[in-house]
Amino acid sequence: MQSALAVDRLQFAFTITFHYIFPQITMGLALLIVVLKTMALRTGNEHYNRAARFWAKMFGINFAVGVVTGIPMEFQFGTNWSAFSKAAGGVIGQTLAMEGVFSFFLESSFLGLFLFGEKRLGRIGHWFSAMMIFVGSWLSGYFIVATDAWMQHPVAYSLGPSGTFELKSFWGLLLNPWTLWQYPHTMIGAVQTGCFVMATIGAFYILAGRHEDYGRTFVRVGVIVGVIASILQLYPTGDGQGVMIARYQPVTLAAMEGLFHTERGAPLAILGQPDVANQRLDNPLTIPRGLSFLTYRAWTAEVKGLEQFPRDAWPDPIELVYYSYHIMVGLGTIFIAIFVIAAFLLWREALFRRRGMLWVIMLAMPFPFIANMAGWITAEVGRQPWLVYGILRTSEGPSPLVSVGSAWFTLIGFMGLYTLLGILYLFLVYREIDRGPDAGVVASSASVN
Amino acid sequence: MGTLWFCLVALMLTVYVVLDGFDLGAGVVQLFVAHSEEERRLVSRTIGPVWDANQVWLIAAGGTLFFAFPGLYATSFSGFYLPLMIVLWLLILRGVSFEFSRHLTDATWVSFWDAVFFLASLLLAVFYGAALGNVVRGVPLDNQGRFFEALWTNFQPAGETGILDWYTILAGVAALVALTLHGALWVSLKTERELQARAQDLAAKLWWAVALFTIVITWSSFKLQPHLQASYSAHPWGYIFPVTAVTALILIIVFRGNESRAFCASCAYLVGMLASVAFGLYPDLLPASTNSASSLTVDNSKAANYGLKIGLVWWTLGIILATVYFVMAYRRFAGKVSVSSDEEEY
Repeated sequence: MQSALAVDRLQFAFTITFHYIFPQITMGLALLIVVLKTMALRTGNEHYNRAARFWAKMFGINFAVGVVTGIPMEFQFGTNWSAFSKAAGGVIGQTLAMEGVFSFFLESSFLGLFLFGEKRLGRIGHWFSAMMIFVGSWLSGYFIVATDAWMQHPVAYSLGPSGTFELKSFWGLLLNPWTLWQYPHTMIGAVQTGCFVMATIGAFYILAGRHEDYGRTFVRVGVIVGVIASILQLYPTGDGQGVMIARYQPVTLAAMEGLFHTERGAPLAILGQPDVANQRLDNPLTIPRGLSFLTYRAWTAEVKGLEQFPRDAWPDPIELVYYSYHIMVGLGTIFIAIFVIAAFLLWREALFRRRGMLWVIMLAMPFPFIANMAGWITAEVGRQPWLVYGILRTSEGPSPLVSVGSAWFTLIGFMGLYTLLGILYLFLVYREIDRGPDAGVVASSASVN
Repeated sequence: MGTLWFCLVALMLTVYVVLDGFDLGAGVVQLFVAHSEEERRLVSRTIGPVWDANQVWLIAAGGTLFFAFPGLYATSFSGFYLPLMIVLWLLILRGVSFEFSRHLTDATWVSFWDAVFFLASLLLAVFYGAALGNVVRGVPLDNQGRFFEALWTNFQPAGETGILDWYTILAGVAALVALTLHGALWVSLKTERELQARAQDLAAKLWWAVALFTIVITWSSFKLQPHLQASYSAHPWGYIFPVTAVTALILIIVFRGNESRAFCASCAYLVGMLASVAFGLYPDLLPASTNSASSLTVDNSKAANYGLKIGLVWWTLGIILATVYFVMAYRRFAGKVSVSSDEEEY
């Protein structure tokens, strides 16, 4: 780690990975809270309102951590990647500024109303606030994905006189074909996390014999939304994203699949360890011709292997791209299995008696987070060695005058601070789960009263 | 087009200072005016529903700066690397401490997080002031328009400067007293009885400090940055901004006893001061202390015209929407805060 570049990358990777734990929960929960509030409105049953209140509390905690860890992301473009910011700010600054102006104002204003003003707003008003939080958080996701999509597949720009990229078409930037697949794929990933979080806590309540009525509601909502989401994640969104990568980043596709040699009727690797030095996949377990079919819908189509591309265009490290992609796909498949079985049992009205299945749902908690992270690692490490695909290398992006020492200083600072933050977060969440949905208002106001 | 965006970014930052200023100030004030746990909860309730939305103005202003003046964003954020990171950490600590002291029940830890909230609020106010001080004083831009400043060198505002020198520290303290006054006026606007009386007492004392620091910082700024005097001499109509600030400052003391008018006067004071700085610096965005030819200006930092034009369309739309949300949210939470149990909070 003698170069600032490596530390800059490590810092961005660390802070974004930690940050993204929280938005995936809030974007997923935002949808589920709307579902609960709608059920409350339609049935007039206070049970759903209390359930929504419990999740709003969870949302509040996650949102707070998401906001405070999100600000460093926007700042780091300028602090650590100033050469990149100077070159690309005229383009990606647009989407980042729009996120602030269109979604953060919406989200934060209505969250204040939602958390602090249930009585003042009335039933419809409170439902509407939940809806606006959902719209705000999903819009925010759109602008961020559009920003990333431009780095994956730059469109709607021209090269200006001073070597900077200039925006040429506003709608071209917003409706980047890459965004149109990446966005639903990302959001449905977040919905799956939200569903697992809700169903997991519900399963825990049923298994522990506490707040069982809420537990059943949580499991039911989590499983029904989850089964739809997990299938949509595979098809069409995951498939569409794959087609984009095959078309615009064929070298990344080869790295993801561990395909070193160009083949007709290329096999799909399920397991195996890429041996980059010898350019082969060790201990492969494959589906013959599977990759050709998935990519081109033809069993004998030719898929380009890594050997077709110059070494300095290979993602680095190949192994990380390969494993994170396989982890994502493997977990996604397991999620479909879990949700389909659970939904079937729910339909047969047997799920709440099947303790084994409830255990499976409960213990599945960490895996949607891992799958989402693995997906992002596949995308972002797969983009290497480019910062903006094909036009700006990552090595050309960092701030020229920020020293390695300064970068280490702040990286270590972030690590310490986020460790503290993580411990506090887990403590608060554990406490809310322990208190349960009947606790009503938080203790701070209760102790005042 | 560049000038328009200069005004818009300055406007957003000003709105940020006016809005987040009162909750930063309230964070500092709570330690002095709230004597019981109950009173501290009351102070935190005055800002609870809005502080997060207030902070969004900083993020939105940052984003707007990024797309309108990418060159400035890149240069200043990397040059101010260390203080910006410290600001980020303080923002994190502040946000977390606020949320945590709201959710915890144990008195020991609540008081700990209240103290963290106080310290983070205080240091943020100082850093914001110091940051503005750095911009006014100028930074050592090289001939490629780049710089990197250490946190401090020899505390002199000349030669190889650091972020902190006597002038920028002065600016930091000036910002701290101004925002603390702003926060005290906010607390007195939103509370009743003894708590309000104590906040008003504190505000009356702070007023003298603000008046003193206004004079000192204005005098030293004009001494240090000749560009300011040049701007005002070239366009004397600009004196309207400092005059606004001074008038507003006097009105704060005149309106003693009328909480809402006093608070509005304090807002006007902050707007007047920041507008004075912006007017004095224009067309520079970041003056160079080395050689004025290296200064970052509106023209050499702005993005291409198409982006700025299209940005004007969505920016206007977005800010109108944001204003609507803010009016709505502030009206919902208008009036004094109370401890009554009819309001839910979670």
